[in-house]
Amino acid sequence: MISATTVFGLCAAVAVGLGLYGLIANPQPLRKILAFNLLGSGVFLFFGVVARRGAAAGFGGDPVPQALVITGIVVAFSATALAVALLLRLFEATGAATLRDSMKRASTGAGRDPTDP
Amino acid sequence: MTIAAALEIALAVLVLGMAAWTIAARETFAAVVGFVAYGLLLALVWVRLEAVDVALTEAAIGGLSGILLVGAAARLRTSETPAVAESPDGMLRVAAAVLAAIVAAALAAGVLALPDPAPTLAPPVAANIAATGLGNPVTGVLMAFRAMDTLLEKVVLLLALVGVWSLAPDRVWGGRPGPRHQADPLGVLAFLARLLPPVGIVVGIYIFWVGADHPGGAFQGGTILAAMWLLVMTAGLTDAPPVRLRWLRLVLIAGPAVFLVVGLAGLWLGDGFLSYPIAYAKPLIVTIEVAMTLTIAVTLGLLLAGAPERSA
Repeated sequence: MISATTVFGLCAAVAVGLGLYGLIANPQPLRKILAFNLLGSGVFLFFGVVARRGAAAGFGGDPVPQALVITGIVVAFSATALAVALLLRLFEATGAATLRDSMKRASTGAGRDPTDP
Repeated sequence: MTIAAALEIALAVLVLGMAAWTIAARETFAAVVGFVAYGLLLALVWVRLEAVDVALTEAAIGGLSGILLVGAAARLRTSETPAVAESPDGMLRVAAAVLAAIVAAALAAGVLALPDPAPTLAPPVAANIAATGLGNPVTGVLMAFRAMDTLLEKVVLLLALVGVWSLAPDRVWGGRPGPRHQADPLGVLAFLARLLPPVGIVVGIYIFWVGADHPGGAFQGGTILAAMWLLVMTAGLTDAPPVRLRWLRLVLIAGPAVFLVVGLAGLWLGDGFLSYPIAYAKPLIVTIEVAMTLTIAVTLGLLLAGAPERSA
């Protein structure tokens, strides 16, 4: 008999693996941001499993890791919003599709932001 | 195998299927849609793990992430074809897959080797929750036992917003974020933007208020309020405010500022920084949460609106 915490714990492990693969293998920065979020949510899920296993004193789970996960989700979202804003600005300024492409353009001076002096 | 166990395994398979789709989908837009579905399914996993507060956060933030990422994918659409041409070659892909498999296997081994009985902080939380006047242990941890984390989290939100604003080109410094949205004034979007906000605002405030004793809280409530604001902005019924406005900046710092003032007052009225005098713990926590809900709603709304793009 396999317990819920084991099922979701293994699910978290695979999610981290998928996220790590996507982070390395996908050239588009937006896809890398998605993959990194996937990796992070796998880590959060670990906290959830640990919290559920720590159920005691009449609570369905240990509230301390649960509260830490809520904080973590908020911080991950702020970082994602900042990363997306950086990416949109990079695209607007250089027209670049990938990080390698944007470095190439910056070094040749092509695609400079016409809006900034 | 019981029905519950079968459902859990099916849910885990669905979650991983969505995760794989997010990584493997050819088009970025399709990947983003997969990611949003992944977030919603994950919220169900959190419910199964008896973490309803986390499930509410995951669902609310999953929706906001969806708006953010769909918008970004639409703007970056023209860059997609040249980017795909830069995909790494087969060797690197195989190496990445091997590395990912090793990491996943190590983590899975860790899951199977977790100590039994599991370590837990639930008993000390249960013993001390009465002193905070709260009934929801997660809110108790967030607002009292680990209040420092929550304070710093709000500062991180603010720093992220400062980071986003600082990406504005010089000529639109302090201007309005994002493009001006236009929608058919008699269309479905404008209709929903008139119909939903009154309900959404009540639900948002309720989720914040009920968070003291039941699943919910300032963050979950604030996210719903932010979503209502974004809906009204997307439907073109109102414009995003210029970020230079004094009142806007005051609202943005209200949450962390009230938190900090109460925390510092604890130095001299209580036992130290962020310790509340027991007789006033509940009213102080609710005061902080009111300010925080407002700040969170406005910060999230502006984070999604993006960097200033128009000077008007």
